Amino acid sequence: MGVIVSIKPLLAVLITLLAAVLILFTGERNRNLREFWTLLASILKFSIVISMVPLILKGNVIEYTIISLTPGIALQFRVDSLGMFFGVLASFLWIITSVYSIGYVRSLDEHAQTRYFFNFALCLSAAMGIAFAGNLLTLFVFYEILTVATWPLVYHKETKGAVMAGRKYLVYTLTAGMAILFGTLLIYSITGTTDFRPGGFLSGHGSAGMLRFIFVILILGFGVKAAVMLLHEWLPSAMIAPTPVSALLHAVAVVKAGVFGCLKVVLYVFGPQLLHELNLWLVLAYFVSFTVIVSGMYALAQDNLKRRLAFSTINNLAIIIMGAAMLTPSGITGAIFHMGGHGFMKITLFFVAGAIYVKTRKENISELNGIGRQMPLTMGAFAIGAMGIAGLPPVCGFISKWYMALGTLEAHEVFFLFVLLISAMMDIAYFFPIIYNSFFKKCEEDVVVRFNEAPMMMVIPLMLTAILSIIIGIFPNAFFNFFNIASAAAGKILGVM
Amino acid sequence: MIEQAPVLTVVIPLMFAFLTPLIGWGKKELCYPWMLLGLALSLVFSVITLLTVIGTGTVHYHLGGWLPPWGIEYTVDYLNAFVLVVVSFISFTAAVYSKRSVQKELSEKTAYFYTLFLLQITGFLGIVITGDLFNLYVFLEIASLAGYALIAMGEEGAPMASFKYVIMGTVGASFYLLGVGYLYMATGSLNIADLAGLLPELYGSKVILVAFTFLIVGVIIKMALFPLHGWLPGAYAKAPSSVSVLLAPLMTKVAAYVMIRIVFTVFKPYFSIEMFPITSILSWIAAAAVLYGAFMALAQTDLKKMLVYILLSEVGYLVLGIGLANRNGLTGTILHILNDAFMMVALFMIVGAIVYRCGTREISQFGNLHRRMPFTMAAFVIVGLSVVGIPPTCGFFSKWYLILGAIDARHWVFAGVLILSSLLNAILFFRVIEYAYIEPRDGHEEAGESMVVPREEAPLSMLVPILGVAAGVVLLGLLSGGIISTVIRFAIPTCF
Repeated sequence: MGVIVSIKPLLAVLITLLAAVLILFTGERNRNLREFWTLLASILKFSIVISMVPLILKGNVIEYTIISLTPGIALQFRVDSLGMFFGVLASFLWIITSVYSIGYVRSLDEHAQTRYFFNFALCLSAAMGIAFAGNLLTLFVFYEILTVATWPLVYHKETKGAVMAGRKYLVYTLTAGMAILFGTLLIYSITGTTDFRPGGFLSGHGSAGMLRFIFVILILGFGVKAAVMLLHEWLPSAMIAPTPVSALLHAVAVVKAGVFGCLKVVLYVFGPQLLHELNLWLVLAYFVSFTVIVSGMYALAQDNLKRRLAFSTINNLAIIIMGAAMLTPSGITGAIFHMGGHGFMKITLFFVAGAIYVKTRKENISELNGIGRQMPLTMGAFAIGAMGIAGLPPVCGFISKWYMALGTLEAHEVFFLFVLLISAMMDIAYFFPIIYNSFFKKCEEDVVVRFNEAPMMMVIPLMLTAILSIIIGIFPNAFFNFFNIASAAAGKILGVM
Repeated sequence: MIEQAPVLTVVIPLMFAFLTPLIGWGKKELCYPWMLLGLALSLVFSVITLLTVIGTGTVHYHLGGWLPPWGIEYTVDYLNAFVLVVVSFISFTAAVYSKRSVQKELSEKTAYFYTLFLLQITGFLGIVITGDLFNLYVFLEIASLAGYALIAMGEEGAPMASFKYVIMGTVGASFYLLGVGYLYMATGSLNIADLAGLLPELYGSKVILVAFTFLIVGVIIKMALFPLHGWLPGAYAKAPSSVSVLLAPLMTKVAAYVMIRIVFTVFKPYFSIEMFPITSILSWIAAAAVLYGAFMALAQTDLKKMLVYILLSEVGYLVLGIGLANRNGLTGTILHILNDAFMMVALFMIVGAIVYRCGTREISQFGNLHRRMPFTMAAFVIVGLSVVGIPPTCGFFSKWYLILGAIDARHWVFAGVLILSSLLNAILFFRVIEYAYIEPRDGHEEAGESMVVPREEAPLSMLVPILGVAAGVVLLGLLSGGIISTVIRFAIPTCF
């Protein structure tokens, strides 16, 4: 295990930034060229990220220091297994989402497409920066960039509702940003550093009260983007954004950045040992288990498909944090793996919602009777995604939930096992009626139902992600050693214990 | 030549100022390049001065060869060399920018305008460079008198606003002069370094306490710290664009510099912190100023007025760092002198450009502005994010150090105030960005083609400085670590 200095993490961040500039200057004049930049950047970015995987799997850490920001803190990238996992996930799904986006915005003839692709690229830059950040300040820098870059995507429709959703989003996330900033500053003032270390770096510093306070404000800060309940209001509102945005950002990049931040705080700043000493892990686990149950209930009550998906996202994000909060090898492995697995499955579901909207302009679940006969491929993918979210084999959700369930047992906390099981049952309750109605009920309108799918640029991506979720479910290591990366991260964090 | 750099920095704009009317008498168009030449030379010499200080330490320049404490001495250490470069750079930027707005707003008075403009800058530079309290007063008055006249040239209502400023400013200057007079009575010296040596024996004396109070109150009026800010909103909002571009970023920063000098150099820090706890009084006033400025800005519908109140809030930041009186707080203040000068000059330039093209400053009239002036508005977004404190722009880093200073001092209230003001600034700037960028689409949700708005970007002489400074805002953020470790670290009084 060693430290390798390489510029690749920086390149992975900069390539999308460059693409964003090219997109902006190409503009509406040449749409194909503009979309070419997006696709080129996404493929290049993914290749750069993937080229780092073998090194990481050997247990190395890739480091690159850009510039010193303040004494003791540099703008620094340090890629380890957890960051790698998030990086691979976001950069891969960006390729698929780009293809889907092009299909989506062109079918709907959306306005302000340049702004849309520009901000999308900017978001991905920021997400990569978050994944590879070597310390809390670097993480915060990109976290705030992500906040601001996502805003135009939320208000994209520019209707009154969209503008209000945008404001709500900013109020929540900027306030959260201040909480994170304050926590970061407190950590810096008691330790003089903010460098992440597997297993934490805070033990031995500050008083217990101070540490508890820091933990609370950091978790609340990151919890806003992770949409932990009571801080989640912005996410269902933000569903007014175009569907590819909801798919990639509100199921993968932005919300997972929040979860990723929580994991970093739990595993790399405080660390298992200190959290056991301060007894904070149980507090955290109970806190998010509330979200797990309540968001499931909310999801049951939604009629708008995207809002139901949003509450399901909230539910899964909380499960990830809960799994990690168990602080056991299986729990952490399962949590990290679920970050990826949930990404694939939820993006499929959102893609489906977008495809239905593009084809039929329908957004509500009550209108979807019989849609499966018209769009069998799309709704088939939906069924796979929904099964996975509910944790049924052979979709990848099963593996991650299995490990998280094991984690609760390893921690001797059976309560959380029941939370997991109840939430899985609720998943079935709010997803399976949709599948049933769409295939087996008759459409109320008197139209001849025949095969009539959304454009191929949308159907292929969503089928691809659905198939991938099954493949990962059967061969967890098939996709760039996904599972090994996750368990390596868990091992490294707990190895210090 | 090199050893004359400190004095040349100040004398060149002064000489150029006296020659400007003659040139304007001959050919009006020549005034602008002539003034630019003077300021460029001054900028070069100020940079040379800074490099000399970094290379060899504090520079002492004795005017006319008269030795201190009798003669006037220019003492340039890290602190004022740094502020000197900030002032001369911002002045140069403001000068480049002034061309078109002066042509439009003041074409009759070009020569006089540039004369006063140069005198104003001479005043700022002199205040920063001098090592003599009375000489500082002289330059303060040069700057103020030039400022009164420049502001009075503005739009309707400007003479009245300027008159208010004359009264308040004169009171402030008199207070300062009284303070200097008392110090002279008690010690017989006006040289800052000399005074710093003589004063500690007299710290118990009432005369010294009164002198100290007069000095501080005088400076507070000049820098428009709440609650003695009454003259500033009217004066800066009504001044011609190119004047507010110069005054808004610099007057407050220069006054903040003078405050640091008085509180920590003329008087020993242990006097200002413990014997006469001016720092803790200042920090509470500053916290009030931060919030007052931000809340008042919320109530404005006119962009320039909003900026003026934000400026009041920024003055609060500067003084708060001084009031915290610890290493991180002062680092924050000194860094903020640089950062805020950049941010404010950029914002006032942008509002000037908008007025130049659209003739309005009402925020609600800004619809489609991002199509008419895409580059100007992009710069506005960047600088706005910096004022809010979004990393990696420079505004974030000043906040970082100020909050760190508040944490070090265990003043949680101030940390809370700083965070709250960031959020208020977020509301302020995102509101403007919303007006400028979002085109309401209710009624035609399935929008097709956007309406066609002709692009009318600001003229190049305005756009180039705006974009340059906006890029600078990001660069300064990324380089802040380097700036602190090469300059600011040494600019902080040694006892911290």
